[in-house]
Amino acid sequence: MALFQYPRPQPSEITPKEAYLSRRALIGGAVALSALATTAKAASLQTHPGPYSGNLTPTPHEDVTHYNNFYEFGMGKADPAARSQDFHPLPWTLEITGLVRKPVRLDVEQLLRSAAMEERIYRMRCVEAWSMVIPWDGIPLASLLKDADPDPRATHVAFESVLRPSEMPGQSDGLSGIQWPYVEGLRLDEAMNPLTLLALGVYGETLPNQNGAPIRLVVPWKYGFKGIKSIQRIRLLDHEPPTTWNRLASDEYGFYANVNPQIDHPRWSQATERVIGAHSLFGATRQPTLMFNGYGEQVADLYRGMDLRKNF
Amino acid sequence: MPSDSVSALRAVKRHWRVILYPIGMIPAAWLVWQGQHGALGADPVNVFERSLGLWAFRFLLACLMLAPLKRFAGINLLRYRRLTGLLAFFYASLHVLAYIGLDHGFDWGVLWTDITHRPFIILGMSALVLLVPLALTSNAFSMRLMKRRWKVLHRLIYLAAVLAGIHFFLSFKTLNAVSAPYLAGLALLLLCRVLPEKRR
Repeated sequence: MALFQYPRPQPSEITPKEAYLSRRALIGGAVALSALATTAKAASLQTHPGPYSGNLTPTPHEDVTHYNNFYEFGMGKADPAARSQDFHPLPWTLEITGLVRKPVRLDVEQLLRSAAMEERIYRMRCVEAWSMVIPWDGIPLASLLKDADPDPRATHVAFESVLRPSEMPGQSDGLSGIQWPYVEGLRLDEAMNPLTLLALGVYGETLPNQNGAPIRLVVPWKYGFKGIKSIQRIRLLDHEPPTTWNRLASDEYGFYANVNPQIDHPRWSQATERVIGAHSLFGATRQPTLMFNGYGEQVADLYRGMDLRKNF
Repeated sequence: MPSDSVSALRAVKRHWRVILYPIGMIPAAWLVWQGQHGALGADPVNVFERSLGLWAFRFLLACLMLAPLKRFAGINLLRYRRLTGLLAFFYASLHVLAYIGLDHGFDWGVLWTDITHRPFIILGMSALVLLVPLALTSNAFSMRLMKRRWKVLHRLIYLAAVLAGIHFFLSFKTLNAVSAPYLAGLALLLLCRVLPEKRR
């Protein structure tokens, strides 16, 4: 007698071949669909290396996309990555209005396919005294502003971020005390500087929501908070516009916010910065902060004769 | 032999609370472990430093809570005032040590400017300095020696708590959901302190 007998299912219990094959097709289809959804979240971009990148080593992708300040999604550094799933960056229209001769409404989906897209590897210095190196993909702001043909009276550029409390938990919970939407500004000559970039991607892919999808500002010689995210409106003005952090604490955050190791934040020194990416308590490093974040050659002339201590 | 074990048992009964000190230090050990295993994120020094400060503030609030707890709820945990107070001092010391060593790499130039120029740092540092004499005199011998003056000296904890509270408030860019409950707690405890005693 056999020690073990295989269970013999009744013929009626056996799943017909067509049924289990169709089930597999369904699963396969679902897998393919989710893969598609993932690529829709971070599609790769047609981009080419641009100038000013130097030979910087980028901060790991994981840190660039998971250590963010984006108060619209919460105040913790991990909040933007964790709480931005409900945000829909596309379709998106960016308008350039105000003192321009040809107001522009840009379809960001078209911009994403622009041949002008280039990679810029920039240092990013946060006002909180930490820094990263980020490989952005974008279009110089100057080229888009020229298309709008600025009026000679225009002296400043105001940027306005999106207001969508239903998709941005930090805008609806009222915890941060910030008056939404986030607004920023530049002097026109700063905006026209070839370093100033409208980024649509990072690491060769479209911007993740937490990094300011679908389009954000990058001004590498200024503190990170000047880099307004998810921009909907750009207006040219004949006066200096209000800016979010300056409105909140004008003694701590100036309009210019140029990276300057000699001008300290009221609460901490700006002479050095913590380098992001060590992930080890006793292996973390600090490095000296550079004047204009190392971009003095390109931008120092913009501020010739200005008292940088007063215009911080 | 039996009498020995009985007296040993008595000693354990009397001093068992000592084990609460190492238990209170577990968060610090846990933070160090996390820091060494990449669990504190991309900016581990900052998280480590801030977490130690938060634990110091928590123990400070716990210490201040014990008197009102007895007065208003009749729960007598006054014997834990030394424990919570010393743990607050322990975390505040580690917090400052992390700021000096880990964050600023013993850069005395930067530290000197911080301590002499920035209200944020001056407030926090003063709170720690105020806790030093309290920690040093947190023993029965000092209490006997100082008599009434001991009580007066230890009222400094309220001043330290106010300074630490402002320092804590300033450590955030804005008033927010993380700091607000702690600050509300501190305000409530200070209010308890100034409420007049009921006449019997």
